[in-house]
Amino acid sequence: MLSRTADNLYWLSRYVERAEYLARILDTTQRLSALPLAYVGSSNEWESAVLTAGCATGFFKLYDEANEENVTDYLAFSTANSSSIRSCFEAARHNARAVRTALTMEMWDAINGTWLELKRYGNGPTSREEMSRFLRWVQESSLRYDGSAYRTMLRSDAYWFSRLGVYMERADNTARILDIKYHLLLPDNERVGGPLDYFQWSAILRSVSALTAYHWVYRDSLKPWLVADLLILKDELPRSLSSCYEAIVRNLDQISGAYGRQGPAQRQARGLRTRLQNSKMDGIFQRGLHEFISEFITENTRLGGAITEQFLI
Amino acid sequence: MPAAFDEMKGHDGDEIRPAYAELGRWLKEVPADVLDYRRREAELIFRRIGITFAVYGEADATERLIPFDVIPRIMSGSEWRLLEKGLTQRVTALNMFIKDVYGAREILKAGVVPEDLVFRNPAFRPEMNGQRVPHDIYVHIAGIDIIRVDADTFYVLEDNARTPSGVSYMLENREIMMRLFPELFSRHRIAPVENYPDELLRSLKSVAPLSTPREPTVVLLTPGVFNSAYYEHSFLADKLGVELVEGRDLFVKDEIVYMRTTQGPQRVDVIYRRVDDDFIDPLTFRPDSILGVPGLMSAYTAGNVTLANAVGTGIADDKAVYSFMPAIVKFYLGEEPLLKNVPTWRCREEEHLKYVLDHLPELVVKEVHGSGGYGMLIGPTASKIAIEQFRAKLKADPTNFIAQPTLALSTSPTCVEEGVAPRHVDLRPFVLTGRNGVKIVPGGLTRVAMKKGSLVVNSSQGGGTKDTWVLDG
Repeated sequence: MLSRTADNLYWLSRYVERAEYLARILDTTQRLSALPLAYVGSSNEWESAVLTAGCATGFFKLYDEANEENVTDYLAFSTANSSSIRSCFEAARHNARAVRTALTMEMWDAINGTWLELKRYGNGPTSREEMSRFLRWVQESSLRYDGSAYRTMLRSDAYWFSRLGVYMERADNTARILDIKYHLLLPDNERVGGPLDYFQWSAILRSVSALTAYHWVYRDSLKPWLVADLLILKDELPRSLSSCYEAIVRNLDQISGAYGRQGPAQRQARGLRTRLQNSKMDGIFQRGLHEFISEFITENTRLGGAITEQFLI
Repeated sequence: MPAAFDEMKGHDGDEIRPAYAELGRWLKEVPADVLDYRRREAELIFRRIGITFAVYGEADATERLIPFDVIPRIMSGSEWRLLEKGLTQRVTALNMFIKDVYGAREILKAGVVPEDLVFRNPAFRPEMNGQRVPHDIYVHIAGIDIIRVDADTFYVLEDNARTPSGVSYMLENREIMMRLFPELFSRHRIAPVENYPDELLRSLKSVAPLSTPREPTVVLLTPGVFNSAYYEHSFLADKLGVELVEGRDLFVKDEIVYMRTTQGPQRVDVIYRRVDDDFIDPLTFRPDSILGVPGLMSAYTAGNVTLANAVGTGIADDKAVYSFMPAIVKFYLGEEPLLKNVPTWRCREEEHLKYVLDHLPELVVKEVHGSGGYGMLIGPTASKIAIEQFRAKLKADPTNFIAQPTLALSTSPTCVEEGVAPRHVDLRPFVLTGRNGVKIVPGGLTRVAMKKGSLVVNSSQGGGTKDTWVLDG
């Protein structure tokens, strides 16, 4: 297939996945900010949302203060932010239009329908209630796109590239959320697992839709190292780094199987996957979680570069 | 202006012509709100599928729907056979003319077409001089605009020999009609159009470079998503089962064209290009073009790739050359042209110009190289001021204009606000030429002026489209 087509499919998936991630961040932040201060321990959850979304620099160029109104506008509706939910959906639809022939009718319908519906929200909902509805809609749109891709696409390279996009983006998102939140929540001199941060931990889990999963896997109350264990090493959790890499390796293998040759992307992905498989939480904490995660993000970005280099240009 | 011929009711209007008999009965049976409901349903489907087109120069309307009229335009089999013969003749002559102009130049030597009209024409491509193309076919896909003025008179209004568009509407309109009005289809026997993509692919493959050792690789070259006909490009690529490429997806090495794929470079043999000559190769034509492929012309002139349509076909669809078409047909084929030409005054000629200037209020004046209904004057409906402004433009650069009488385009019943009423229509059949001859799918794209009395059917000017039926027998 054309490199550009593969590239468009890959980014189409990434944009949709990113929009969903942003919606989850906004959703959990809204929840946190509704709690009395005594339960949350800090009042800067909107700033933390901007950090988690990875767009603090751009944000503070436009706004002085990270409050609900500014952050919601920037992350969800701003056209100045190339990674806002709106921009993501617009970019997704732009990519979809460029590869109409590689999409099934159902996928096109999902993306085009989302884009048409987006217009109805104008410059954003006016009430919290409406905002919740909007965020739910974003997540549903992403599910719909993902589901129609999964259920209707031919199992060929187009499908594998589109899946690669989903998992590369997801791995990046999960790593970022862990890194930033963990950083904020674990000041060196404070006791881990203190009474205040229960809601913060549950917020992290919620933003990767893993709160229920946590209880099923550990049957334990929220503990920071278990949260990290779940999001990094547990294959069972669809958004864990480990599970994302299982999928990345699998899809790259499908591609190399079909094309009859391996390349740097396959080797790098397998290397990273093996490292995750051989890691234990103790070891990660000893070396430093932050170091582990930043290294992972760098490696993940490098793999993205290798995929682009090998297939997409 | 004479009264228009109505395709359903003829000139006098009291008797329904045979091709429309069944439709006439059906229109009487079906309640008005049902028609209206289906019309809205059709619009919804079009929007959903994303069949939109862009209108240049309108900031807010980057994607717009072309109005679709749910009442079909119908032709009898015998009417169609007449047209088909005439179209085949005309396109055959067009191809011979282009071959001649870039080759032996017999027609110029014989003085049938003036030399300067060819050599000083911006659409003339000196790069093509002496250049042979596979099977001497230059115009693989032609869109010939036809208008009708009475029961058996058809005129060619325009030949489109560069990159004619609209065929996706022909195909989608039929799909939608079959979905919305199955009962109407069960009451008629209608020649199918759905085999157009197959015929197109067959034609394209048949003109692959003679040296192609394997099944030729065909691609469709589009200027990209911002082009007004982008939907059509992606639609056709999909139906043909070929890659939809942009300039940046192709590259030329050692005079061979490759596309960049996920498995490395793949050789390309035939390019169905929907990019104009000017933009296909920045090394040969416009250096500022980012839509093209550097070096494409070198691969082309080396005979390693076929472009459809060929480079330089614009010389045949120029509106001043158009006026010579009857003579061109006669010159190459020794036959009388079956399709009439609209009488045309070439403003480059002094006598013609004088006539045109004296009769502006009754004429249609067009730019020689214009298309899409931009920059034309329709005398009878234009204001005095507009006419005077146009007069100045015309005097400043007469060679750039031609003029024609205002023809009463035939009308066809159309679903509009006040119910079903006659509206003016034209027809663009798509003529394919390959190694094995000419192929025309019965019908074409009917364009309809939605405004009462309007003669402008161009979609960029608010015109709509209809499904076109050619009946059996």
